[in-house]
Amino acid sequence: MYSEKVIDHFNNPRNVGDLADANGVGQVGNAKCGDIMKISLRVEGDVIQDIKFKTFGCGAAVATSSMVTEMVKGKTVQEALAVTNKAVAEALGGLPGEKLHCSNLAADAVHAALNDYAEKKGN
Amino acid sequence: MYNLNDNLQENSKRAENNPQEKYSGMGQAGQGGQTGQRDQGGRRVYMDNSATTPQDYRVTEAMTAFMTETYGNPSSIHQFGRVARTAVEKARGQAAELIGATPAEIVFLSGGTEANNLAIQGVANARANKGRHLITTAVEHHAVLDVMTQLSKKGFELTVLPVDSEGLVNLADVQAAFRPDTILISVMHANNEIGSIQPIAEIGTLARERGVLFHVDAVQSLSKLPISVIDMNIDLLSVSGHKIYGPKGVGALYIRKGVKILPMAYGGGQERNIRPGTENVAGIVGFGEACRLAAEGLGGVFAIERLRDKLLNGIVESIPDVIVNGPLGDLRLCNNVNVCIKFIEGESLLLSLDMQGIAASSGSACTSGSLDPSHVLMAIGLPHEIAHGSLRLTLGKQTTEEDVDYVLEKLPPIVERLRAMSPLCDCEASQL
Ligand SMILES: Cc1ncc(COP(=O)(O)O)c(C=O)c1O
Repeated sequence: MYSEKVIDHFNNPRNVGDLADANGVGQVGNAKCGDIMKISLRVEGDVIQDIKFKTFGCGAAVATSSMVTEMVKGKTVQEALAVTNKAVAEALGGLPGEKLHCSNLAADAVHAALNDYAEKKGN
Repeated sequence: MYNLNDNLQENSKRAENNPQEKYSGMGQAGQGGQTGQRDQGGRRVYMDNSATTPQDYRVTEAMTAFMTETYGNPSSIHQFGRVARTAVEKARGQAAELIGATPAEIVFLSGGTEANNLAIQGVANARANKGRHLITTAVEHHAVLDVMTQLSKKGFELTVLPVDSEGLVNLADVQAAFRPDTILISVMHANNEIGSIQPIAEIGTLARERGVLFHVDAVQSLSKLPISVIDMNIDLLSVSGHKIYGPKGVGALYIRKGVKILPMAYGGGQERNIRPGTENVAGIVGFGEACRLAAEGLGGVFAIERLRDKLLNGIVESIPDVIVNGPLGDLRLCNNVNVCIKFIEGESLLLSLDMQGIAASSGSACTSGSLDPSHVLMAIGLPHEIAHGSLRLTLGKQTTEEDVDYVLEKLPPIVERLRAMSPLCDCEASQL
Protein backbone atom coordinates (compact mmCIF):
# COMPACT_ATOMS: atom_id res chain seq x y z
CA MET A 1 0.00 0.00 0.00
CA TYR A 2 2.91 2.38 0.65
CA SER A 3 5.42 3.38 -2.04
CA GLU A 4 9.05 2.37 -1.71
CA LYS A 5 9.95 5.95 -0.91
CA VAL A 6 7.49 6.09 1.95
CA ILE A 7 8.88 2.88 3.37
CA ASP A 8 12.42 4.19 2.97
CA HIS A 9 11.62 7.40 4.85
CA PHE A 10 9.77 5.40 7.49
CA ASN A 11 12.68 3.03 7.98
CA ASN A 12 15.43 5.62 7.74
CA PRO A 13 13.82 8.86 8.80
CA ARG A 14 15.95 11.94 8.13
CA ASN A 15 16.43 14.65 10.74
CA VAL A 16 14.72 13.05 13.72
CA GLY A 17 14.82 14.82 17.06
CA ASP A 18 14.51 18.16 18.77
CA LEU A 19 16.76 20.97 17.65
CA ALA A 20 18.49 22.31 20.76
CA ASP A 21 19.10 25.80 19.36
CA ALA A 22 15.83 26.14 17.44
CA ASN A 23 14.37 29.60 16.90
CA GLY A 24 11.06 28.29 15.55
CA VAL A 25 8.94 25.40 16.83
CA GLY A 26 5.59 24.22 15.51
CA GLN A 27 3.25 21.37 16.32
CA VAL A 28 0.16 20.26 14.45
CA GLY A 29 -2.38 17.46 14.78
CA ASN A 30 -3.62 15.94 18.00
CA ALA A 31 -3.43 12.66 19.79
CA LYS A 32 -7.15 12.12 19.45
CA CYS A 33 -6.92 11.67 15.70
CA GLY A 34 -3.67 9.79 16.01
CA ASP A 35 -1.16 12.13 14.39
CA ILE A 36 1.08 14.73 16.01
CA MET A 37 3.97 16.35 14.16
CA LYS A 38 6.46 18.63 15.81
CA ILE A 39 9.02 20.60 13.83
CA SER A 40 11.89 22.55 15.32
CA LEU A 41 14.06 24.65 13.03
CA ARG A 42 16.73 27.32 13.04
CA VAL A 43 16.50 30.17 10.58
CA GLU A 44 19.59 32.27 9.93
CA GLY A 45 19.62 35.11 7.42
CA ASP A 46 16.23 34.00 6.05
CA VAL A 47 17.47 30.48 5.32
CA ILE A 48 16.46 27.31 7.18
CA GLN A 49 19.87 26.17 8.38
CA ASP A 50 18.73 23.15 10.33
CA ILE A 51 15.48 21.33 10.99
CA LYS A 52 14.34 18.32 13.01
CA PHE A 53 11.05 16.51 13.52
CA LYS A 54 9.31 14.31 16.02
CA THR A 55 6.16 12.50 15.01
CA PHE A 56 3.53 10.35 16.66
CA GLY A 57 1.54 8.66 13.93
CA CYS A 58 1.29 6.10 11.21
CA GLY A 59 3.84 5.25 8.53
CA ALA A 60 2.63 8.07 6.30
CA ALA A 61 2.90 10.57 9.13
CA VAL A 62 6.50 9.63 9.82
CA ALA A 63 7.47 9.55 6.14
CA THR A 64 5.91 12.92 5.30
CA SER A 65 7.63 14.49 8.30
CA SER A 66 10.96 13.10 7.25
CA MET A 67 10.43 14.13 3.63
CA VAL A 68 9.45 17.69 4.42
CA THR A 69 12.59 18.26 6.46
CA GLU A 70 14.65 17.25 3.42
CA MET A 71 12.58 19.46 1.14
CA VAL A 72 12.96 22.67 3.14
CA LYS A 73 16.40 22.35 4.65
CA GLY A 74 18.65 25.03 3.13
CA LYS A 75 15.65 26.78 1.57
CA THR A 76 14.54 30.35 2.24
CA VAL A 77 11.52 31.00 4.43
CA GLN A 78 9.51 32.05 1.37
CA GLU A 79 10.42 28.87 -0.48
CA ALA A 80 9.52 26.74 2.54
CA LEU A 81 6.17 28.48 2.95
CA ALA A 82 5.39 27.56 -0.64
CA VAL A 83 5.81 23.83 0.05
CA THR A 84 2.37 22.23 0.40
CA ASN A 85 1.20 18.99 1.97
CA LYS A 86 0.31 17.87 -1.53
CA ALA A 87 3.86 18.51 -2.76
CA VAL A 88 5.23 16.42 0.10
CA ALA A 89 2.93 13.54 -0.77
CA GLU A 90 3.96 13.80 -4.41
CA ALA A 91 7.64 13.82 -3.53
CA LEU A 92 7.04 10.52 -1.76
CA GLY A 93 5.54 9.00 -4.87
CA GLY A 94 2.00 9.43 -3.57
CA LEU A 95 0.13 8.26 -0.49
CA PRO A 96 -2.81 5.87 -0.16
CA GLY A 97 -6.03 7.86 -0.62
CA GLU A 98 -7.26 7.74 2.97
CA LYS A 99 -3.88 9.00 4.21
CA LEU A 100 -4.05 12.18 2.18
CA HIS A 101 -6.54 13.55 4.69
CA CYS A 102 -5.38 12.37 8.08
CA SER A 103 -1.63 11.98 8.03
CA ASN A 104 -0.45 14.51 5.51
CA LEU A 105 0.26 17.49 7.76
CA ALA A 106 4.01 17.81 7.55
CA ALA A 107 4.07 21.04 5.53
CA ASP A 108 1.57 22.52 7.99
CA ALA A 109 3.99 21.70 10.79
CA VAL A 110 6.81 23.49 8.99
CA HIS A 111 4.58 26.50 8.39
CA ALA A 112 3.64 26.53 12.07
CA ALA A 113 7.31 26.51 13.03
CA LEU A 114 8.02 29.36 10.59
CA ASN A 115 5.12 31.36 12.02
CA ASP A 116 6.55 30.81 15.47
CA TYR A 117 9.90 32.06 14.20
CA ALA A 118 8.29 35.13 12.63
CA GLU A 119 6.39 35.93 15.81
CA LYS A 120 9.47 35.64 17.96
CA LYS A 121 11.43 37.78 15.55
CA GLY A 122 8.67 40.39 15.50
CA ASN A 123 8.88 40.84 19.27
CA MET B 1 -0.68 -11.33 3.69
CA TYR B 2 1.59 -14.33 3.97
CA ASN B 3 1.01 -17.17 1.64
CA LEU B 4 1.11 -20.03 4.04
CA ASN B 5 -0.49 -22.24 1.46
CA ASP B 6 2.75 -22.42 -0.43
CA ASN B 7 4.06 -24.55 2.33
CA LEU B 8 1.13 -26.73 3.09
CA GLN B 9 1.80 -29.34 0.49
CA GLU B 10 5.36 -29.49 1.58
CA ASN B 11 4.24 -29.72 5.19
CA SER B 12 1.80 -32.41 4.32
CA LYS B 13 4.50 -34.50 2.71
CA ARG B 14 6.87 -34.03 5.58
CA ALA B 15 4.16 -34.70 8.12
CA GLU B 16 3.72 -38.21 6.79
CA ASN B 17 7.01 -39.26 8.24
CA ASN B 18 7.05 -36.94 11.21
CA PRO B 19 4.39 -37.76 13.80
CA GLN B 20 5.11 -34.59 15.77
CA GLU B 21 4.19 -32.48 12.78
CA LYS B 22 1.29 -34.67 11.92
CA TYR B 23 -0.08 -33.94 15.36
CA SER B 24 0.45 -30.23 15.18
CA GLY B 25 -0.69 -30.43 11.62
CA MET B 26 0.74 -27.11 10.67
CA GLY B 27 4.29 -28.01 9.95
CA GLN B 28 6.50 -25.15 10.93
CA ALA B 29 4.65 -22.23 9.46
CA GLY B 30 6.30 -19.87 11.88
CA GLN B 31 9.80 -21.14 11.43
CA GLY B 32 11.18 -19.48 8.38
CA GLY B 33 14.50 -21.16 8.85
CA GLN B 34 13.11 -24.62 8.37
CA THR B 35 10.52 -24.19 5.68
CA GLY B 36 12.30 -21.76 3.46
CA GLN B 37 9.74 -19.10 4.40
CA ARG B 38 12.34 -16.41 4.52
CA ASP B 39 11.73 -12.76 4.11
CA GLN B 40 14.95 -11.11 3.05
CA GLY B 41 16.83 -13.80 4.92
CA GLY B 42 14.72 -13.30 8.04
CA ARG B 43 12.22 -15.27 9.98
CA ARG B 44 8.48 -15.05 9.48
CA VAL B 45 6.20 -15.23 12.46
CA TYR B 46 2.44 -15.16 11.99
CA MET B 47 0.82 -13.68 15.09
CA ASP B 48 -2.52 -12.77 13.56
CA ASN B 49 -4.49 -15.96 14.05
CA SER B 50 -7.62 -14.09 15.12
CA ALA B 51 -7.70 -12.48 11.68
CA THR B 52 -7.42 -15.86 10.04
CA THR B 53 -5.61 -19.15 10.54
CA PRO B 54 -3.48 -21.16 8.14
CA GLN B 55 -5.49 -24.04 6.74
CA ASP B 56 -4.59 -27.39 8.26
CA TYR B 57 -3.16 -29.74 5.65
CA ARG B 58 -5.70 -32.39 6.65
CA VAL B 59 -8.47 -29.96 5.77
CA THR B 60 -6.89 -29.37 2.37
CA GLU B 61 -6.62 -33.11 1.83
CA ALA B 62 -10.26 -33.65 2.74
CA MET B 63 -11.33 -30.93 0.30
CA THR B 64 -9.23 -31.84 -2.68
CA ALA B 65 -11.50 -34.54 -4.09
CA PHE B 66 -14.43 -32.13 -4.03
CA MET B 67 -12.55 -29.60 -6.10
CA THR B 68 -11.55 -32.22 -8.66
CA GLU B 69 -13.26 -35.51 -9.51
CA THR B 70 -16.17 -35.36 -7.07
CA TYR B 71 -18.13 -32.50 -8.48
CA GLY B 72 -21.76 -33.52 -8.16
CA ASN B 73 -24.52 -31.23 -6.95
CA PRO B 74 -25.78 -32.47 -3.57
CA SER B 75 -29.38 -31.92 -4.73
CA SER B 76 -29.04 -34.27 -7.71
CA ILE B 77 -30.46 -37.74 -7.31
CA HIS B 78 -27.82 -39.54 -9.37
CA GLN B 79 -24.70 -41.08 -7.97
CA PHE B 80 -22.58 -37.95 -8.47
CA GLY B 81 -25.05 -35.98 -6.43
CA ARG B 82 -25.41 -38.62 -3.75
CA VAL B 83 -21.66 -38.66 -3.08
CA ALA B 84 -21.68 -34.90 -2.61
CA ARG B 85 -24.79 -35.10 -0.39
CA THR B 86 -23.16 -37.71 1.81
CA ALA B 87 -20.08 -35.52 2.20
CA VAL B 88 -22.15 -32.44 3.13
CA GLU B 89 -24.15 -34.43 5.69
CA LYS B 90 -21.00 -35.88 7.20
CA ALA B 91 -19.67 -32.35 7.66
CA ARG B 92 -22.97 -31.32 9.23
CA GLY B 93 -22.52 -34.06 11.79
CA GLN B 94 -18.97 -32.95 12.50
CA ALA B 95 -20.02 -29.33 13.02
CA ALA B 96 -22.97 -30.32 15.18
CA GLU B 97 -20.85 -32.53 17.39
CA LEU B 98 -18.36 -29.77 18.18
CA ILE B 99 -21.07 -27.59 19.73
CA GLY B 100 -23.36 -30.27 21.16
CA ALA B 101 -26.12 -29.80 18.59
CA THR B 102 -27.95 -32.20 16.29
CA PRO B 103 -27.10 -32.16 12.56
CA ALA B 104 -30.56 -30.89 11.60
CA GLU B 105 -29.88 -27.72 13.58
CA ILE B 106 -26.86 -26.72 11.45
CA VAL B 107 -27.19 -24.42 8.41
CA PHE B 108 -24.12 -23.99 6.25
CA LEU B 109 -23.40 -20.56 4.81
CA SER B 110 -20.52 -18.30 3.83
CA GLY B 111 -19.00 -17.50 7.23
CA GLY B 112 -19.31 -15.54 10.43
CA THR B 113 -20.62 -12.36 8.84
CA GLU B 114 -23.46 -14.09 7.07
CA ALA B 115 -24.27 -16.21 10.12
CA ASN B 116 -24.59 -13.11 12.30
CA ASN B 117 -26.67 -11.32 9.69
CA LEU B 118 -29.00 -14.26 9.14
CA ALA B 119 -29.43 -14.89 12.86
CA ILE B 120 -30.23 -11.29 13.79
CA GLN B 121 -32.19 -10.21 10.75
CA GLY B 122 -33.86 -13.60 10.57
CA VAL B 123 -35.16 -13.33 14.15
CA ALA B 124 -36.05 -9.65 13.82
CA ASN B 125 -38.10 -10.33 10.69
CA ALA B 126 -39.76 -13.43 12.12
CA ARG B 127 -40.63 -11.90 15.48
CA ALA B 128 -41.36 -8.27 14.66
CA ASN B 129 -44.99 -8.81 15.57
CA LYS B 130 -44.01 -10.14 19.01
CA GLY B 131 -41.76 -7.23 19.93
CA ARG B 132 -39.24 -4.80 18.58
CA HIS B 133 -36.57 -4.58 21.25
CA LEU B 134 -33.06 -5.98 20.69
CA ILE B 135 -30.11 -6.20 23.10
CA THR B 136 -26.43 -6.48 22.31
CA THR B 137 -23.08 -5.31 23.73
CA ALA B 138 -20.70 -2.49 22.89
CA VAL B 139 -17.86 -4.85 21.99
CA GLU B 140 -19.49 -7.04 19.35
CA HIS B 141 -17.92 -7.56 15.95
CA HIS B 142 -19.20 -5.15 13.28
CA ALA B 143 -21.05 -8.07 11.72
CA VAL B 144 -23.36 -7.90 14.76
CA LEU B 145 -23.23 -4.24 15.74
CA ASP B 146 -23.82 -2.87 12.26
CA VAL B 147 -26.75 -5.22 11.67
CA MET B 148 -28.29 -4.06 14.94
CA THR B 149 -27.73 -0.41 14.05
CA GLN B 150 -29.34 -0.99 10.69
CA LEU B 151 -32.40 -2.57 12.35
CA SER B 152 -32.62 0.33 14.79
CA LYS B 153 -33.16 2.57 11.77
CA LYS B 154 -36.04 0.37 10.63
CA GLY B 155 -38.25 0.57 13.68
CA PHE B 156 -36.44 -1.70 16.13
CA GLU B 157 -35.22 -0.41 19.47
CA LEU B 158 -31.73 -1.26 20.53
CA THR B 159 -30.05 -1.51 23.92
CA VAL B 160 -26.26 -1.67 23.71
CA LEU B 161 -24.87 -2.99 26.97
CA PRO B 162 -21.70 -1.32 28.24
CA VAL B 163 -18.67 -3.34 29.33
CA ASP B 164 -16.24 -2.88 32.19
CA SER B 165 -12.57 -1.99 31.80
CA GLU B 166 -11.81 -5.63 30.94
CA GLY B 167 -14.44 -5.78 28.24
CA LEU B 168 -16.92 -7.88 30.22
CA VAL B 169 -20.66 -7.32 30.48
CA ASN B 170 -22.25 -7.13 33.87
CA LEU B 171 -25.06 -9.63 34.52
CA ALA B 172 -27.07 -7.05 36.45
CA ASP B 173 -26.99 -4.81 33.36
CA VAL B 174 -28.14 -7.73 31.22
CA GLN B 175 -30.98 -8.46 33.61
CA ALA B 176 -32.05 -4.83 33.71
CA ALA B 177 -32.05 -4.53 29.92
CA PHE B 178 -34.82 -7.09 29.30
CA ARG B 179 -38.22 -5.64 28.51
CA PRO B 180 -41.55 -7.30 27.81
CA ASP B 181 -41.01 -6.57 24.10
CA THR B 182 -37.42 -7.88 23.93
CA ILE B 183 -37.16 -10.51 21.20
CA LEU B 184 -33.42 -11.13 20.93
CA ILE B 185 -30.19 -10.71 22.83
CA SER B 186 -26.88 -11.17 21.00
CA VAL B 187 -23.63 -11.51 22.95
CA MET B 188 -20.33 -12.75 21.61
CA HIS B 189 -18.60 -15.63 23.37
CA ALA B 190 -15.02 -14.33 23.13
CA ASN B 191 -13.95 -10.93 21.88
CA ASN B 192 -11.83 -10.86 18.73
CA GLU B 193 -9.72 -7.90 19.83
CA ILE B 194 -9.06 -8.24 23.54
CA GLY B 195 -10.10 -11.84 24.18
CA SER B 196 -12.68 -11.21 26.93
CA ILE B 197 -14.86 -14.26 27.54
CA GLN B 198 -18.44 -13.32 28.37
CA PRO B 199 -20.66 -15.16 30.89
CA ILE B 200 -22.58 -16.93 28.14
CA ALA B 201 -24.20 -19.68 30.23
CA GLU B 202 -25.51 -17.15 32.76
CA ILE B 203 -26.91 -14.89 30.05
CA GLY B 204 -28.44 -17.95 28.40
CA THR B 205 -30.34 -18.77 31.57
CA LEU B 206 -31.62 -15.20 31.92
CA ALA B 207 -32.79 -15.10 28.30
CA ARG B 208 -34.45 -18.53 28.37
CA GLU B 209 -36.35 -17.68 31.58
CA ARG B 210 -37.85 -14.71 29.74
CA GLY B 211 -38.50 -16.41 26.44
CA VAL B 212 -36.02 -14.12 24.69
CA LEU B 213 -33.97 -15.70 21.91
CA PHE B 214 -30.22 -15.81 22.57
CA HIS B 215 -27.70 -15.46 19.73
CA VAL B 216 -23.99 -16.01 20.31
CA ASP B 217 -21.17 -15.06 17.96
CA ALA B 218 -18.73 -17.88 18.68
CA VAL B 219 -16.44 -17.21 15.73
CA GLN B 220 -13.41 -16.61 17.96
CA SER B 221 -14.15 -19.12 20.71
CA LEU B 222 -14.86 -22.16 18.54
CA SER B 223 -11.94 -24.59 18.83
CA LYS B 224 -10.57 -22.70 21.83
CA LEU B 225 -13.37 -23.03 24.40
CA PRO B 226 -15.85 -25.82 24.99
CA ILE B 227 -19.29 -24.92 23.68
CA SER B 228 -22.53 -26.66 24.50
CA VAL B 229 -25.57 -25.03 22.98
CA ILE B 230 -27.77 -27.09 25.32
CA ASP B 231 -26.01 -26.33 28.60
CA MET B 232 -25.58 -22.68 27.68
CA ASN B 233 -29.22 -22.24 26.57
CA ILE B 234 -28.15 -20.87 23.20
CA ASP B 235 -30.77 -20.52 20.46
CA LEU B 236 -28.53 -19.35 17.61
CA LEU B 237 -24.74 -19.65 17.28
CA SER B 238 -22.44 -18.29 14.56
CA VAL B 239 -19.20 -20.02 13.59
CA SER B 240 -16.68 -19.62 10.78
CA GLY B 241 -14.24 -21.96 9.05
CA HIS B 242 -11.20 -19.78 8.55
CA LYS B 243 -10.68 -19.07 12.25
CA ILE B 244 -10.32 -22.77 13.06
CA TYR B 245 -7.71 -23.80 10.45
CA GLY B 246 -10.46 -24.41 7.90
CA PRO B 247 -11.26 -22.70 4.60
CA LYS B 248 -12.34 -19.10 4.12
CA GLY B 249 -15.83 -18.29 2.91
CA VAL B 250 -17.64 -21.04 4.78
CA GLY B 251 -19.26 -21.25 8.18
CA ALA B 252 -22.44 -22.26 9.91
CA LEU B 253 -25.36 -21.01 11.91
CA TYR B 254 -26.79 -23.24 14.60
CA ILE B 255 -30.54 -22.72 14.90
CA ARG B 256 -32.12 -24.55 17.81
CA LYS B 257 -34.90 -26.92 16.82
CA GLY B 258 -38.21 -25.09 16.95
CA VAL B 259 -36.73 -21.60 16.56
CA LYS B 260 -38.22 -19.89 13.51
CA ILE B 261 -36.25 -17.36 11.52
CA LEU B 262 -36.89 -15.85 8.11
CA PRO B 263 -34.31 -16.28 5.34
CA MET B 264 -32.48 -13.35 3.79
CA ALA B 265 -32.43 -14.92 0.33
CA TYR B 266 -34.96 -17.03 -1.54
CA GLY B 267 -34.25 -19.72 -4.07
CA GLY B 268 -33.87 -23.43 -4.56
CA GLY B 269 -34.70 -24.66 -1.09
CA GLN B 270 -31.28 -25.83 0.03
CA GLU B 271 -30.37 -25.76 3.73
CA ARG B 272 -33.99 -26.17 4.73
CA ASN B 273 -34.96 -23.08 2.75
CA ILE B 274 -33.15 -20.95 5.30
CA ARG B 275 -30.08 -20.50 3.14
CA PRO B 276 -30.85 -21.54 -0.43
CA GLY B 277 -28.19 -21.87 -3.11
CA THR B 278 -26.12 -24.82 -4.30
CA GLU B 279 -23.83 -25.81 -1.45
CA ASN B 280 -20.14 -24.93 -1.34
CA VAL B 281 -19.36 -28.62 -1.10
CA ALA B 282 -15.57 -28.45 -0.90
CA GLY B 283 -15.73 -25.61 1.64
CA ILE B 284 -18.32 -27.43 3.74
CA VAL B 285 -16.25 -30.62 3.69
CA GLY B 286 -13.19 -28.61 4.78
CA PHE B 287 -15.17 -26.90 7.49
CA GLY B 288 -16.43 -30.26 8.76
CA GLU B 289 -12.91 -31.63 8.88
CA ALA B 290 -11.72 -28.50 10.70
CA CYS B 291 -14.51 -29.05 13.25
CA ARG B 292 -13.46 -32.67 13.69
CA LEU B 293 -9.85 -31.62 14.24
CA ALA B 294 -10.96 -28.91 16.66
CA ALA B 295 -12.94 -31.41 18.74
CA GLU B 296 -9.87 -33.62 18.81
CA GLY B 297 -7.51 -30.79 19.64
CA LEU B 298 -9.37 -28.90 22.38
CA GLY B 299 -6.78 -30.12 24.89
CA GLY B 300 -4.07 -28.37 22.89
CA VAL B 301 -5.23 -24.96 24.06
CA PHE B 302 -3.12 -25.27 27.20
CA ALA B 303 0.04 -25.28 25.11
CA ILE B 304 -1.10 -22.11 23.34
CA GLU B 305 -2.01 -20.53 26.65
CA ARG B 306 1.44 -21.20 28.08
CA LEU B 307 3.12 -19.54 25.09
CA ARG B 308 0.63 -16.67 25.26
CA ASP B 309 1.49 -16.06 28.92
CA LYS B 310 5.18 -16.11 28.11
CA LEU B 311 4.63 -13.54 25.37
CA LEU B 312 2.37 -11.30 27.42
CA ASN B 313 4.57 -11.38 30.51
CA GLY B 314 7.66 -10.90 28.39
CA ILE B 315 6.24 -7.76 26.78
CA VAL B 316 5.12 -6.27 30.09
CA GLU B 317 8.48 -7.00 31.69
CA SER B 318 10.69 -5.72 28.89
CA ILE B 319 8.80 -2.59 27.79
CA PRO B 320 7.90 0.26 30.15
CA ASP B 321 4.53 2.06 29.92
CA VAL B 322 2.51 -0.81 28.55
CA ILE B 323 -1.16 -1.36 29.37
CA VAL B 324 -2.70 -4.82 29.04
CA ASN B 325 -6.14 -4.75 27.44
CA GLY B 326 -8.70 -7.37 28.42
CA PRO B 327 -8.85 -9.65 31.44
CA LEU B 328 -6.02 -11.77 32.79
CA GLY B 329 -6.53 -15.41 33.71
CA ASP B 330 -9.50 -17.63 32.96
CA LEU B 331 -11.62 -14.94 31.36
CA ARG B 332 -9.09 -14.30 28.59
CA LEU B 333 -9.13 -16.29 25.36
CA CYS B 334 -6.12 -18.63 25.29
CA ASN B 335 -4.43 -17.18 22.21
CA ASN B 336 -4.89 -13.43 22.75
CA VAL B 337 -2.33 -10.77 23.62
CA ASN B 338 -3.50 -7.16 23.40
CA VAL B 339 -1.53 -4.28 24.82
CA CYS B 340 -1.35 -0.54 24.38
CA ILE B 341 2.18 0.72 24.03
CA LYS B 342 2.08 4.31 25.17
CA PHE B 343 3.48 7.20 23.09
CA ILE B 344 3.51 5.33 19.79
CA GLU B 345 0.95 4.66 17.10
CA GLY B 346 -0.24 1.21 16.08
CA GLU B 347 0.21 1.34 12.34
CA SER B 348 3.84 2.37 12.51
CA LEU B 349 4.33 -0.44 14.99
CA LEU B 350 2.75 -2.94 12.58
CA LEU B 351 4.89 -1.69 9.71
CA SER B 352 8.04 -2.04 11.77
CA LEU B 353 7.08 -5.53 12.91
CA ASP B 354 6.25 -6.51 9.34
CA MET B 355 9.76 -5.51 8.28
CA GLN B 356 11.01 -8.08 10.77
CA GLY B 357 8.63 -10.69 9.37
CA ILE B 358 6.18 -10.46 12.27
CA ALA B 359 2.48 -10.27 11.34
CA ALA B 360 0.28 -8.57 13.94
CA SER B 361 -2.69 -6.22 14.07
CA SER B 362 -3.83 -3.08 15.84
CA GLY B 363 -6.99 -1.23 16.75
CA SER B 364 -5.54 2.16 15.86
CA ALA B 365 -7.56 4.50 13.66
CA CYS B 366 -5.17 3.99 10.78
CA THR B 367 -5.86 0.28 10.79
CA SER B 368 -9.57 0.46 11.57
CA GLY B 369 -10.15 2.38 8.38
CA SER B 370 -11.88 5.23 10.19
CA LEU B 371 -10.72 8.24 12.13
CA ASP B 372 -11.44 6.60 15.46
CA PRO B 373 -9.62 3.76 17.13
CA SER B 374 -11.49 0.47 17.53
CA HIS B 375 -14.89 0.62 19.21
CA VAL B 376 -13.78 -2.14 21.56
CA LEU B 377 -10.87 -0.10 22.93
CA MET B 378 -13.19 2.89 23.25
CA ALA B 379 -15.77 0.76 25.07
CA ILE B 380 -13.27 -0.32 27.72
CA GLY B 381 -12.65 3.34 28.40
CA LEU B 382 -9.22 3.95 26.87
CA PRO B 383 -8.41 7.52 25.85
CA HIS B 384 -7.87 7.98 22.11
CA GLU B 385 -4.12 8.57 22.26
CA ILE B 386 -3.59 5.34 24.17
CA ALA B 387 -5.95 3.30 22.02
CA HIS B 388 -4.00 4.42 18.95
CA GLY B 389 -1.03 2.48 20.31
CA SER B 390 -2.74 -0.88 20.55
CA LEU B 391 -1.06 -4.07 19.42
CA ARG B 392 -2.80 -7.42 19.06
CA LEU B 393 -0.76 -10.61 18.79
CA THR B 394 -2.83 -13.77 18.41
CA LEU B 395 -1.24 -17.19 18.59
CA GLY B 396 -2.25 -20.36 16.81
CA LYS B 397 -1.63 -24.08 17.15
CA GLN B 398 1.36 -23.69 14.81
CA THR B 399 3.01 -21.07 17.06
CA THR B 400 6.28 -22.24 18.56
CA GLU B 401 8.36 -21.17 21.53
CA GLU B 402 10.93 -19.83 19.04
CA ASP B 403 8.24 -17.62 17.50
CA VAL B 404 7.48 -16.12 20.89
CA ASP B 405 11.17 -15.63 21.66
CA TYR B 406 11.64 -13.94 18.31
CA VAL B 407 8.84 -11.44 18.96
CA LEU B 408 10.19 -10.76 22.44
CA GLU B 409 13.59 -10.09 20.91
CA LYS B 410 12.38 -7.79 18.11
CA LEU B 411 9.59 -5.81 19.76
CA PRO B 412 11.48 -3.84 22.45
CA PRO B 413 14.00 -2.20 20.08
CA ILE B 414 11.19 -1.32 17.66
CA VAL B 415 9.26 0.36 20.46
CA GLU B 416 12.39 2.18 21.56
CA ARG B 417 13.01 3.46 18.05
CA LEU B 418 9.44 4.71 17.59
CA ARG B 419 9.38 6.29 21.02
CA ALA B 420 12.59 8.15 20.28
CA MET B 421 10.70 9.64 17.33
CA SER B 422 7.57 10.51 19.31
CA PRO B 423 6.83 14.05 20.49
CA LEU B 424 4.62 12.54 23.22
CA CYS B 425 7.56 10.83 24.75
CA ASP B 426 9.82 13.73 25.77
CA CYS B 427 8.99 13.15 29.39
CA GLU B 428 10.20 9.61 29.12
CA ALA B 429 13.43 10.38 27.32
CA SER B 430 15.49 9.29 30.31
CA GLN B 431 14.03 5.80 30.06
CA LEU B 432 15.09 5.28 26.49
C1 LIG C 1 -16.08 -12.24 16.46
C2 LIG C 1 -16.19 -12.32 14.97
N1 LIG C 1 -17.39 -12.39 14.39
C3 LIG C 1 -17.52 -12.47 13.06
C4 LIG C 1 -16.43 -12.46 12.21
C5 LIG C 1 -16.64 -12.53 10.72
O1 LIG C 1 -16.40 -13.81 10.25
P1 LIG C 1 -16.15 -14.08 8.69
O2 LIG C 1 -14.80 -13.51 8.39
O3 LIG C 1 -16.18 -15.56 8.57
O4 LIG C 1 -17.24 -13.42 7.95
C6 LIG C 1 -15.16 -12.39 12.78
C7 LIG C 1 -13.96 -12.38 11.91
O5 LIG C 1 -13.29 -11.38 11.76
C8 LIG C 1 -15.04 -12.31 14.19
O6 LIG C 1 -13.83 -12.22 14.76
